[in-house]
Amino acid sequence: MEFVFEWFRTLYQETGINLPFLYDEYDRNRMIDGFFTTIWLSLVCLFFSVIIGIIGAWLQGSAFKWTRRIVNGYIQLFRNTPPLVQLYFFYFAIGTLLPRVENDWGGQSPILGSFAWAAISLSFFAGAFNVEIFRSGIEAVPKSTVEAAEALGFSKLQIYRDITLPLAFRVVLPALNNNLVNLVKTTTLAYAIAVPEMLYEANQIWSDNVNVTEMMFFLLLAYFVLVGVLVGGMNRWERAMKIPGYGG
Amino acid sequence: MTYKTDLPVMLPMKRREAEPFLSLKMWYILPIALLAILGPNLVVAQSTPESQSPIAVLLNWAPLLLKGFIFNLVISVSAMALGTFVGAILGLGQISLFAPTRHSSWFVTQFFRNAPWLVLLFFAMFLLPFEINLFGFKIPFPDWFKAILGLSLPVMANVSEIVRGAVRSLPSGQWEAAESLAYTRLQTLWLIILPQCVKRMLPPWMNLYSILTMATVLASIVGVNEVMTLTGQALASEGGRPDLLAPFYGFVLLLFFIYCYPIAKFTVWLETKYAVIS
Repeated sequence: MEFVFEWFRTLYQETGINLPFLYDEYDRNRMIDGFFTTIWLSLVCLFFSVIIGIIGAWLQGSAFKWTRRIVNGYIQLFRNTPPLVQLYFFYFAIGTLLPRVENDWGGQSPILGSFAWAAISLSFFAGAFNVEIFRSGIEAVPKSTVEAAEALGFSKLQIYRDITLPLAFRVVLPALNNNLVNLVKTTTLAYAIAVPEMLYEANQIWSDNVNVTEMMFFLLLAYFVLVGVLVGGMNRWERAMKIPGYGG
Repeated sequence: MTYKTDLPVMLPMKRREAEPFLSLKMWYILPIALLAILGPNLVVAQSTPESQSPIAVLLNWAPLLLKGFIFNLVISVSAMALGTFVGAILGLGQISLFAPTRHSSWFVTQFFRNAPWLVLLFFAMFLLPFEINLFGFKIPFPDWFKAILGLSLPVMANVSEIVRGAVRSLPSGQWEAAESLAYTRLQTLWLIILPQCVKRMLPPWMNLYSILTMATVLASIVGVNEVMTLTGQALASEGGRPDLLAPFYGFVLLLFFIYCYPIAKFTVWLETKYAVIS
Protein backbone atom coordinates (compact mmCIF):
# COMPACT_ATOMS: atom_id res chain seq x y z
CA MET A 1 0.00 0.00 0.00
CA GLU A 2 2.85 2.35 0.86
CA PHE A 3 3.92 2.25 -2.78
CA VAL A 4 0.49 3.43 -3.96
CA PHE A 5 0.46 6.25 -1.40
CA GLU A 6 3.91 7.37 -2.51
CA TRP A 7 2.74 7.33 -6.11
CA PHE A 8 0.01 9.85 -5.28
CA ARG A 9 2.56 12.03 -3.49
CA THR A 10 4.68 11.99 -6.66
CA LEU A 11 1.56 12.72 -8.69
CA TYR A 12 1.01 15.84 -6.60
CA GLN A 13 4.60 16.95 -6.98
CA GLU A 14 4.66 16.33 -10.72
CA THR A 15 1.19 17.49 -11.81
CA GLY A 16 -0.26 19.47 -8.91
CA ILE A 17 -3.23 17.12 -8.55
CA ASN A 18 -3.44 17.09 -4.78
CA LEU A 19 -5.13 14.09 -3.16
CA PRO A 20 -3.84 14.33 0.42
CA PHE A 21 -6.32 11.75 1.75
CA LEU A 22 -4.32 9.15 -0.17
CA TYR A 23 -0.73 9.97 0.74
CA ASP A 24 -1.10 11.77 4.07
CA GLU A 25 -1.88 9.49 6.97
CA TYR A 26 -3.72 12.08 9.04
CA ASP A 27 -6.01 13.10 6.16
CA ARG A 28 -6.47 9.47 5.21
CA ASN A 29 -7.73 8.62 8.67
CA ARG A 30 -10.07 11.61 8.62
CA MET A 31 -11.55 10.49 5.30
CA ILE A 32 -11.95 6.89 6.48
CA ASP A 33 -13.63 8.10 9.67
CA GLY A 34 -15.95 10.27 7.61
CA PHE A 35 -16.83 7.37 5.36
CA PHE A 36 -17.69 5.13 8.29
CA THR A 37 -19.66 7.89 10.01
CA THR A 38 -21.78 8.20 6.85
CA ILE A 39 -22.32 4.44 6.78
CA TRP A 40 -23.09 4.29 10.52
CA LEU A 41 -25.49 7.24 10.37
CA SER A 42 -27.25 5.65 7.39
CA LEU A 43 -27.58 2.32 9.21
CA VAL A 44 -28.93 3.90 12.40
CA CYS A 45 -31.45 6.01 10.48
CA LEU A 46 -32.40 3.04 8.34
CA PHE A 47 -33.12 0.92 11.39
CA PHE A 48 -35.19 3.53 13.21
CA SER A 49 -37.03 4.75 10.11
CA VAL A 50 -38.15 1.19 9.33
CA ILE A 51 -39.29 0.78 12.95
CA ILE A 52 -41.19 4.08 12.74
CA GLY A 53 -42.71 2.94 9.44
CA ILE A 54 -43.91 -0.38 10.87
CA ILE A 55 -45.36 1.15 14.04
CA GLY A 56 -46.90 4.06 12.12
CA ALA A 57 -48.55 1.75 9.59
CA TRP A 58 -49.90 -0.35 12.43
CA LEU A 59 -51.27 2.74 14.21
CA GLN A 60 -52.87 3.92 10.96
CA GLY A 61 -55.00 0.78 10.98
CA SER A 62 -56.13 1.60 14.51
CA ALA A 63 -59.80 1.89 15.39
CA PHE A 64 -59.32 5.27 17.12
CA LYS A 65 -59.91 8.24 14.87
CA TRP A 66 -57.42 10.45 16.72
CA THR A 67 -54.58 7.93 16.53
CA ARG A 68 -54.97 7.85 12.76
CA ARG A 69 -55.18 11.63 12.61
CA ILE A 70 -52.02 12.15 14.64
CA VAL A 71 -50.09 9.68 12.49
CA ASN A 72 -51.42 11.42 9.37
CA GLY A 73 -50.45 14.80 10.73
CA TYR A 74 -46.95 13.52 11.44
CA ILE A 75 -46.61 12.19 7.88
CA GLN A 76 -47.83 15.38 6.23
CA LEU A 77 -45.72 17.57 8.47
CA PHE A 78 -42.48 15.72 7.80
CA ARG A 79 -43.09 15.17 4.11
CA ASN A 80 -43.89 18.77 3.30
CA THR A 81 -41.16 20.61 5.15
CA PRO A 82 -37.47 20.75 4.24
CA PRO A 83 -35.35 18.12 6.01
CA LEU A 84 -32.67 20.72 6.68
CA VAL A 85 -35.10 22.95 8.59
CA GLN A 86 -36.31 19.91 10.52
CA LEU A 87 -32.72 19.16 11.41
CA TYR A 88 -32.14 22.75 12.59
CA PHE A 89 -35.40 22.68 14.51
CA PHE A 90 -34.43 19.51 16.33
CA TYR A 91 -30.82 20.47 16.94
CA PHE A 92 -31.14 24.15 17.83
CA ALA A 93 -34.71 24.56 19.06
CA ILE A 94 -35.36 21.31 20.90
CA GLY A 95 -31.72 20.58 21.67
CA THR A 96 -31.32 23.78 23.69
CA LEU A 97 -34.43 23.05 25.76
CA LEU A 98 -33.01 19.76 27.02
CA PRO A 99 -30.88 19.67 30.18
CA ARG A 100 -27.11 19.76 29.92
CA VAL A 101 -24.74 17.27 31.45
CA GLU A 102 -21.20 17.58 32.72
CA ASN A 103 -18.65 16.12 30.33
CA ASP A 104 -15.25 14.53 31.00
CA TRP A 105 -13.44 17.86 31.04
CA GLY A 106 -15.70 19.41 33.66
CA GLY A 107 -17.57 21.56 31.12
CA GLN A 108 -21.22 21.54 30.20
CA SER A 109 -22.31 19.72 27.09
CA PRO A 110 -25.74 19.00 25.61
CA ILE A 111 -27.25 15.69 26.57
CA LEU A 112 -27.56 14.71 22.90
CA GLY A 113 -24.76 15.46 20.46
CA SER A 114 -25.04 16.45 16.82
CA PHE A 115 -24.82 12.84 15.65
CA ALA A 116 -27.76 11.81 17.84
CA TRP A 117 -29.88 14.72 16.63
CA ALA A 118 -29.03 13.99 13.01
CA ALA A 119 -30.02 10.35 13.56
CA ILE A 120 -33.30 11.34 15.25
CA SER A 121 -34.24 13.98 12.71
CA LEU A 122 -33.41 11.92 9.62
CA SER A 123 -35.15 8.84 11.06
CA PHE A 124 -38.34 10.82 11.54
CA PHE A 125 -37.99 12.27 8.04
CA ALA A 126 -37.48 8.91 6.34
CA GLY A 127 -39.98 7.26 8.70
CA ALA A 128 -42.77 9.54 7.48
CA PHE A 129 -42.28 8.15 3.98
CA ASN A 130 -41.99 4.60 5.29
CA VAL A 131 -45.38 4.75 7.05
CA GLU A 132 -47.11 5.48 3.74
CA ILE A 133 -45.08 2.80 1.99
CA PHE A 134 -45.88 0.12 4.57
CA ARG A 135 -49.56 1.12 4.64
CA SER A 136 -49.89 0.56 0.90
CA GLY A 137 -48.23 -2.84 1.35
CA ILE A 138 -50.54 -3.88 4.18
CA GLU A 139 -53.58 -2.90 2.09
CA ALA A 140 -52.32 -5.22 -0.64
CA VAL A 141 -52.65 -8.28 1.61
CA PRO A 142 -56.05 -9.91 0.90
CA LYS A 143 -58.63 -10.06 3.66
CA SER A 144 -59.09 -13.77 3.04
CA THR A 145 -55.47 -14.44 4.01
CA VAL A 146 -55.98 -12.63 7.31
CA GLU A 147 -59.27 -14.47 7.85
CA ALA A 148 -57.57 -17.78 7.19
CA ALA A 149 -54.97 -16.92 9.83
CA GLU A 150 -57.73 -15.96 12.26
CA ALA A 151 -59.42 -19.29 11.62
CA LEU A 152 -56.15 -21.00 12.54
CA GLY A 153 -56.23 -19.24 15.89
CA PHE A 154 -53.51 -16.64 15.35
CA SER A 155 -53.67 -13.65 17.64
CA LYS A 156 -53.86 -10.12 16.21
CA LEU A 157 -50.18 -9.49 16.87
CA GLN A 158 -49.20 -12.84 15.40
CA ILE A 159 -51.20 -12.12 12.25
CA TYR A 160 -49.45 -8.79 11.84
CA ARG A 161 -46.01 -10.21 12.56
CA ASP A 162 -46.19 -13.56 10.77
CA ILE A 163 -48.74 -13.08 7.97
CA THR A 164 -49.34 -9.49 6.97
CA LEU A 165 -45.85 -8.05 7.42
CA PRO A 166 -43.84 -10.69 5.51
CA LEU A 167 -46.25 -10.47 2.55
CA ALA A 168 -46.48 -6.69 2.67
CA PHE A 169 -42.71 -6.44 2.92
CA ARG A 170 -42.23 -8.00 -0.48
CA VAL A 171 -44.74 -5.66 -2.08
CA VAL A 172 -43.16 -2.54 -0.65
CA LEU A 173 -39.54 -3.47 -1.24
CA PRO A 174 -39.03 -1.38 -4.41
CA ALA A 175 -40.52 1.75 -2.84
CA LEU A 176 -38.68 1.09 0.41
CA ASN A 177 -35.36 0.73 -1.35
CA ASN A 178 -35.95 3.95 -3.19
CA ASN A 179 -36.54 5.70 0.12
CA LEU A 180 -33.45 4.15 1.69
CA VAL A 181 -31.26 5.33 -1.19
CA ASN A 182 -32.71 8.81 -0.65
CA LEU A 183 -31.92 8.51 3.03
CA VAL A 184 -28.26 7.79 2.35
CA LYS A 185 -28.11 10.87 0.15
CA THR A 186 -29.87 12.94 2.81
CA THR A 187 -27.23 12.08 5.42
CA THR A 188 -25.07 14.78 3.80
CA LEU A 189 -27.36 17.31 5.51
CA ALA A 190 -25.78 16.32 8.82
CA TYR A 191 -22.86 18.41 7.58
CA ALA A 192 -24.88 21.48 8.57
CA ILE A 193 -24.76 20.58 12.27
CA ALA A 194 -21.12 19.45 12.14
CA VAL A 195 -21.55 15.69 12.20
CA PRO A 196 -18.15 14.45 10.98
CA GLU A 197 -19.47 12.52 7.98
CA MET A 198 -17.88 12.29 4.55
CA LEU A 199 -18.84 15.74 3.25
CA TYR A 200 -17.75 17.38 6.48
CA GLU A 201 -14.37 15.65 6.51
CA ALA A 202 -13.86 16.50 2.85
CA ASN A 203 -14.58 20.11 3.72
CA GLN A 204 -11.97 19.96 6.50
CA ILE A 205 -9.41 18.53 4.11
CA TRP A 206 -10.01 21.08 1.37
CA SER A 207 -9.87 23.87 3.95
CA ASP A 208 -6.43 22.66 5.05
CA ASN A 209 -5.00 21.87 1.63
CA VAL A 210 -6.86 24.29 -0.70
CA ASN A 211 -7.70 21.53 -3.16
CA VAL A 212 -11.43 22.11 -3.61
CA THR A 213 -11.55 20.84 -7.18
CA GLU A 214 -9.93 17.48 -6.47
CA MET A 215 -11.99 16.92 -3.30
CA MET A 216 -15.22 17.87 -5.06
CA PHE A 217 -14.63 15.41 -7.87
CA PHE A 218 -13.61 12.75 -5.40
CA LEU A 219 -16.76 13.32 -3.33
CA LEU A 220 -19.04 13.08 -6.35
CA LEU A 221 -17.32 9.89 -7.39
CA ALA A 222 -17.41 8.45 -3.86
CA TYR A 223 -21.16 9.05 -3.47
CA PHE A 224 -21.79 7.79 -6.98
CA VAL A 225 -20.03 4.51 -6.16
CA LEU A 226 -21.60 4.24 -2.68
CA VAL A 227 -25.15 4.78 -3.93
CA GLY A 228 -24.48 2.69 -7.04
CA VAL A 229 -23.39 -0.29 -4.93
CA LEU A 230 -26.45 0.18 -2.71
CA VAL A 231 -28.86 0.36 -5.67
CA GLY A 232 -27.26 -2.68 -7.27
CA GLY A 233 -27.50 -4.69 -4.04
CA MET A 234 -31.10 -3.65 -3.45
CA ASN A 235 -32.10 -4.65 -6.98
CA ARG A 236 -30.59 -8.10 -6.48
CA TRP A 237 -32.41 -8.43 -3.18
CA GLU A 238 -35.69 -7.37 -4.79
CA ARG A 239 -35.32 -10.06 -7.43
CA ALA A 240 -34.51 -12.68 -4.79
CA MET A 241 -37.54 -11.79 -2.65
CA LYS A 242 -40.05 -11.63 -5.49
CA ILE A 243 -43.36 -13.45 -5.05
CA PRO A 244 -44.04 -15.64 -8.09
CA GLY A 245 -46.97 -14.40 -10.12
CA TYR A 246 -47.09 -10.98 -8.51
CA GLY A 247 -45.78 -7.88 -10.23
CA GLY A 248 -44.16 -7.60 -13.62
CA MET B 1 -42.92 -11.02 -18.40
CA THR B 2 -45.93 -11.66 -16.20
CA TYR B 3 -47.27 -15.14 -15.97
CA LYS B 4 -50.62 -16.19 -14.68
CA THR B 5 -51.04 -18.35 -11.66
CA ASP B 6 -54.16 -20.05 -10.41
CA LEU B 7 -53.14 -19.31 -6.83
CA PRO B 8 -53.30 -15.55 -6.39
CA VAL B 9 -51.37 -14.75 -3.23
CA MET B 10 -51.72 -11.01 -3.34
CA LEU B 11 -54.13 -8.36 -4.53
CA PRO B 12 -52.79 -5.69 -6.85
CA MET B 13 -51.53 -2.57 -5.07
CA LYS B 14 -54.47 -0.31 -4.37
CA ARG B 15 -54.40 3.36 -5.16
CA ARG B 16 -55.72 5.71 -2.57
CA GLU B 17 -59.25 6.91 -3.17
CA ALA B 18 -59.55 10.31 -4.80
CA GLU B 19 -59.79 13.14 -2.34
CA PRO B 20 -60.71 16.60 -3.53
CA PHE B 21 -57.47 18.55 -3.55
CA LEU B 22 -56.99 21.64 -1.38
CA SER B 23 -58.99 20.05 1.39
CA LEU B 24 -56.54 21.59 3.82
CA LYS B 25 -58.08 20.62 7.10
CA MET B 26 -57.56 23.00 9.94
CA TRP B 27 -56.16 20.39 12.30
CA TYR B 28 -53.19 19.75 10.01
CA ILE B 29 -51.95 23.24 10.76
CA LEU B 30 -52.94 23.01 14.40
CA PRO B 31 -49.87 21.12 15.66
CA ILE B 32 -47.47 23.48 13.89
CA ALA B 33 -49.37 26.56 14.94
CA LEU B 34 -49.34 25.29 18.51
CA LEU B 35 -45.63 24.67 18.27
CA ALA B 36 -44.93 28.08 16.81
CA ILE B 37 -47.25 30.15 18.98
CA LEU B 38 -47.69 28.40 22.31
CA GLY B 39 -44.20 26.93 22.49
CA PRO B 40 -42.36 30.22 22.97
CA ASN B 41 -44.96 31.52 25.45
CA LEU B 42 -44.20 28.60 27.72
CA VAL B 43 -40.58 29.63 28.00
CA VAL B 44 -41.22 33.37 27.93
CA ALA B 45 -41.32 33.40 31.70
CA GLN B 46 -37.61 32.65 31.80
CA SER B 47 -36.61 35.65 29.69
CA THR B 48 -35.84 39.00 31.24
CA PRO B 49 -38.83 41.30 31.69
CA GLU B 50 -37.54 44.11 29.42
CA SER B 51 -37.11 41.88 26.38
CA GLN B 52 -39.94 41.55 23.89
CA SER B 53 -42.04 38.42 23.78
CA PRO B 54 -40.95 35.89 21.14
CA ILE B 55 -44.12 36.48 19.11
CA ALA B 56 -43.51 40.22 18.90
CA VAL B 57 -39.93 39.61 17.80
CA LEU B 58 -41.08 37.11 15.20
CA LEU B 59 -43.65 39.57 13.86
CA ASN B 60 -40.91 42.19 13.53
CA TRP B 61 -38.82 39.89 11.42
CA ALA B 62 -41.64 38.19 9.50
CA PRO B 63 -41.61 40.60 6.49
CA LEU B 64 -37.88 40.03 5.98
CA LEU B 65 -38.24 36.27 6.34
CA LEU B 66 -41.13 36.29 3.87
CA LYS B 67 -38.93 38.15 1.38
CA GLY B 68 -36.30 35.47 1.88
CA PHE B 69 -38.90 32.79 1.32
CA ILE B 70 -39.97 34.41 -1.94
CA PHE B 71 -36.33 34.32 -3.00
CA ASN B 72 -36.40 30.58 -2.27
CA LEU B 73 -39.39 30.25 -4.56
CA VAL B 74 -37.62 32.22 -7.30
CA ILE B 75 -34.64 29.86 -7.02
CA SER B 76 -36.91 26.81 -7.12
CA VAL B 77 -38.88 28.00 -10.18
CA SER B 78 -35.73 28.93 -12.11
CA ALA B 79 -33.95 25.70 -11.26
CA MET B 80 -37.06 23.74 -12.20
CA ALA B 81 -37.36 25.51 -15.57
CA LEU B 82 -33.70 25.01 -16.40
CA GLY B 83 -33.62 21.43 -15.12
CA THR B 84 -36.81 20.48 -16.98
CA PHE B 85 -35.52 21.89 -20.25
CA VAL B 86 -32.14 20.13 -20.12
CA GLY B 87 -33.65 17.02 -18.51
CA ALA B 88 -36.23 16.62 -21.27
CA ILE B 89 -33.46 16.66 -23.87
CA LEU B 90 -31.44 14.20 -21.80
CA GLY B 91 -34.49 11.95 -21.36
CA LEU B 92 -35.09 11.88 -25.11
CA GLY B 93 -31.40 11.11 -25.48
CA GLN B 94 -31.97 8.06 -23.30
CA ILE B 95 -34.48 6.61 -25.79
CA SER B 96 -32.36 7.53 -28.81
CA LEU B 97 -31.71 4.80 -31.38
CA PHE B 98 -28.10 5.91 -31.64
CA ALA B 99 -26.28 3.80 -29.04
CA PRO B 100 -23.55 6.28 -27.97
CA THR B 101 -26.17 9.00 -27.30
CA ARG B 102 -28.30 6.54 -25.39
CA HIS B 103 -25.45 5.24 -23.25
CA SER B 104 -23.94 8.63 -22.50
CA SER B 105 -27.35 10.10 -21.60
CA TRP B 106 -27.99 7.14 -19.37
CA PHE B 107 -24.66 7.59 -17.63
CA VAL B 108 -25.11 11.34 -17.08
CA THR B 109 -28.61 10.71 -15.69
CA GLN B 110 -27.47 8.00 -13.30
CA PHE B 111 -24.46 10.02 -12.18
CA PHE B 112 -26.45 13.10 -11.19
CA ARG B 113 -29.30 11.05 -9.75
CA ASN B 114 -26.99 9.15 -7.41
CA ALA B 115 -25.10 12.18 -6.14
CA PRO B 116 -26.54 13.93 -3.07
CA TRP B 117 -28.12 17.32 -3.74
CA LEU B 118 -25.89 19.05 -1.23
CA VAL B 119 -22.72 17.69 -2.83
CA LEU B 120 -23.90 18.90 -6.25
CA LEU B 121 -24.64 22.29 -4.77
CA PHE B 122 -21.15 22.47 -3.29
CA PHE B 123 -19.82 21.37 -6.64
CA ALA B 124 -21.52 24.22 -8.48
CA MET B 125 -20.69 26.75 -5.77
CA PHE B 126 -16.98 26.13 -5.53
CA LEU B 127 -16.04 25.14 -9.04
CA LEU B 128 -17.85 27.79 -11.07
CA PRO B 129 -15.99 31.10 -11.41
CA PHE B 130 -17.51 34.16 -9.76
CA GLU B 131 -17.42 35.92 -13.14
CA ILE B 132 -16.57 35.04 -16.70
CA ASN B 133 -14.91 37.16 -19.36
CA LEU B 134 -16.76 37.07 -22.63
CA PHE B 135 -15.41 39.31 -25.41
CA GLY B 136 -14.10 41.78 -22.89
CA PHE B 137 -17.40 41.90 -20.97
CA LYS B 138 -17.37 40.72 -17.41
CA ILE B 139 -20.45 38.63 -16.73
CA PRO B 140 -20.79 38.19 -12.97
CA PHE B 141 -21.88 34.85 -11.57
CA PRO B 142 -23.56 35.72 -8.28
CA ASP B 143 -24.06 33.07 -5.59
CA TRP B 144 -27.78 32.70 -6.19
CA PHE B 145 -27.19 32.03 -9.88
CA LYS B 146 -24.70 29.32 -9.03
CA ALA B 147 -27.22 27.88 -6.58
CA ILE B 148 -29.80 27.70 -9.38
CA LEU B 149 -27.30 25.88 -11.60
CA GLY B 150 -26.31 23.54 -8.78
CA LEU B 151 -29.91 22.65 -7.93
CA SER B 152 -30.89 22.21 -11.57
CA LEU B 153 -28.34 19.39 -11.99
CA PRO B 154 -30.24 16.80 -9.89
CA VAL B 155 -33.55 18.13 -11.27
CA MET B 156 -32.23 17.52 -14.76
CA ALA B 157 -31.34 13.92 -13.97
CA ASN B 158 -34.70 13.23 -12.31
CA VAL B 159 -36.68 14.81 -15.16
CA SER B 160 -34.66 12.69 -17.57
CA GLU B 161 -35.76 9.56 -15.71
CA ILE B 162 -39.38 10.75 -15.61
CA VAL B 163 -39.38 11.28 -19.39
CA ARG B 164 -37.79 7.91 -20.03
CA GLY B 165 -40.17 6.15 -17.65
CA ALA B 166 -43.23 7.79 -19.21
CA VAL B 167 -42.19 6.87 -22.76
CA ARG B 168 -41.40 3.32 -21.68
CA SER B 169 -44.76 2.99 -19.91
CA LEU B 170 -46.74 3.51 -23.11
CA PRO B 171 -47.91 0.29 -24.74
CA SER B 172 -45.78 -0.65 -27.74
CA GLY B 173 -48.96 -0.78 -29.82
CA GLN B 174 -48.81 3.00 -30.00
CA TRP B 175 -45.41 2.87 -31.67
CA GLU B 176 -46.47 0.10 -34.02
CA ALA B 177 -49.72 1.82 -35.01
CA ALA B 178 -47.81 5.02 -35.78
CA GLU B 179 -45.29 3.08 -37.80
CA SER B 180 -48.00 1.39 -39.84
CA LEU B 181 -49.45 4.82 -40.62
CA ALA B 182 -46.03 5.76 -42.05
CA TYR B 183 -45.13 8.32 -39.40
CA THR B 184 -41.42 9.03 -39.14
CA ARG B 185 -39.77 8.48 -35.77
CA LEU B 186 -39.71 12.20 -35.06
CA GLN B 187 -43.39 12.55 -35.94
CA THR B 188 -44.29 9.52 -33.83
CA LEU B 189 -42.50 10.97 -30.83
CA TRP B 190 -43.75 14.49 -31.22
CA LEU B 191 -47.35 13.85 -32.31
CA ILE B 192 -48.23 10.54 -30.68
CA ILE B 193 -45.95 9.49 -27.85
CA LEU B 194 -45.10 12.73 -26.05
CA PRO B 195 -48.65 14.15 -25.89
CA GLN B 196 -49.73 10.97 -24.11
CA CYS B 197 -46.72 11.13 -21.83
CA VAL B 198 -47.49 14.61 -20.49
CA LYS B 199 -50.35 13.23 -18.39
CA ARG B 200 -48.14 10.54 -16.94
CA MET B 201 -45.23 12.87 -16.31
CA LEU B 202 -47.18 15.61 -14.55
CA PRO B 203 -47.60 14.00 -11.09
CA PRO B 204 -43.96 12.89 -10.66
CA TRP B 205 -42.81 16.21 -12.09
CA MET B 206 -44.80 18.11 -9.50
CA ASN B 207 -43.51 15.82 -6.80
CA LEU B 208 -40.02 16.70 -7.95
CA TYR B 209 -40.86 20.40 -7.81
CA SER B 210 -41.98 20.01 -4.23
CA ILE B 211 -38.73 18.21 -3.35
CA LEU B 212 -36.74 20.92 -5.11
CA THR B 213 -38.54 23.67 -3.19
CA MET B 214 -37.61 21.96 0.04
CA ALA B 215 -34.03 21.59 -1.20
CA THR B 216 -33.62 25.33 -1.80
CA VAL B 217 -32.83 25.82 1.90
CA LEU B 218 -29.62 23.91 1.23
CA ALA B 219 -28.41 27.09 -0.45
CA SER B 220 -28.14 28.61 3.04
CA ILE B 221 -25.23 26.26 3.80
CA VAL B 222 -23.27 27.78 0.94
CA GLY B 223 -24.21 31.32 1.88
CA VAL B 224 -27.08 32.43 -0.37
CA ASN B 225 -29.32 35.01 1.31
CA GLU B 226 -32.48 32.94 1.45
CA VAL B 227 -34.93 32.33 4.26
CA MET B 228 -32.72 30.04 6.35
CA THR B 229 -29.71 32.38 6.17
CA LEU B 230 -31.93 35.33 7.09
CA THR B 231 -33.39 33.36 10.00
CA GLY B 232 -29.89 32.70 11.29
CA GLN B 233 -28.98 36.36 10.93
CA ALA B 234 -32.19 37.50 12.62
CA LEU B 235 -31.54 35.16 15.53
CA ALA B 236 -27.97 36.41 15.82
CA SER B 237 -29.02 40.06 15.81
CA GLU B 238 -31.53 39.38 18.58
CA GLY B 239 -28.59 38.28 20.67
CA GLY B 240 -29.06 34.53 20.35
CA ARG B 241 -31.99 34.26 22.78
CA PRO B 242 -32.72 30.55 23.19
CA ASP B 243 -36.47 31.13 23.54
CA LEU B 244 -36.53 32.54 19.99
CA LEU B 245 -35.11 29.44 18.33
CA ALA B 246 -38.29 27.34 18.35
CA PRO B 247 -40.65 30.04 17.00
CA PHE B 248 -38.23 31.12 14.28
CA TYR B 249 -37.44 27.65 12.99
CA GLY B 250 -41.11 26.72 13.47
CA PHE B 251 -42.07 29.71 11.33
CA VAL B 252 -39.79 28.55 8.50
CA LEU B 253 -41.25 25.04 8.76
CA LEU B 254 -44.74 26.55 8.59
CA LEU B 255 -43.89 28.59 5.48
CA PHE B 256 -42.71 25.53 3.62
CA PHE B 257 -45.61 23.44 4.84
CA ILE B 258 -48.17 25.99 3.65
CA TYR B 259 -46.51 26.10 0.24
CA CYS B 260 -45.76 22.40 -0.27
CA TYR B 261 -48.82 20.76 1.27
CA PRO B 262 -51.31 21.99 -1.36
CA ILE B 263 -48.86 20.91 -4.08
CA ALA B 264 -48.68 17.43 -2.56
CA LYS B 265 -52.47 17.26 -2.29
CA PHE B 266 -52.87 18.42 -5.88
CA THR B 267 -50.35 15.80 -7.03
CA VAL B 268 -52.28 13.00 -5.32
CA TRP B 269 -55.46 14.31 -6.87
CA LEU B 270 -53.87 14.37 -10.34
CA GLU B 271 -52.48 10.88 -9.82
CA THR B 272 -55.88 9.42 -9.01
CA LYS B 273 -57.48 11.39 -11.83
CA TYR B 274 -55.01 10.17 -14.46
CA ALA B 275 -54.73 6.68 -13.03
CA VAL B 276 -55.04 4.00 -15.67
CA ILE B 277 -57.90 1.76 -14.64
CA SER B 278 -56.94 -1.79 -15.40
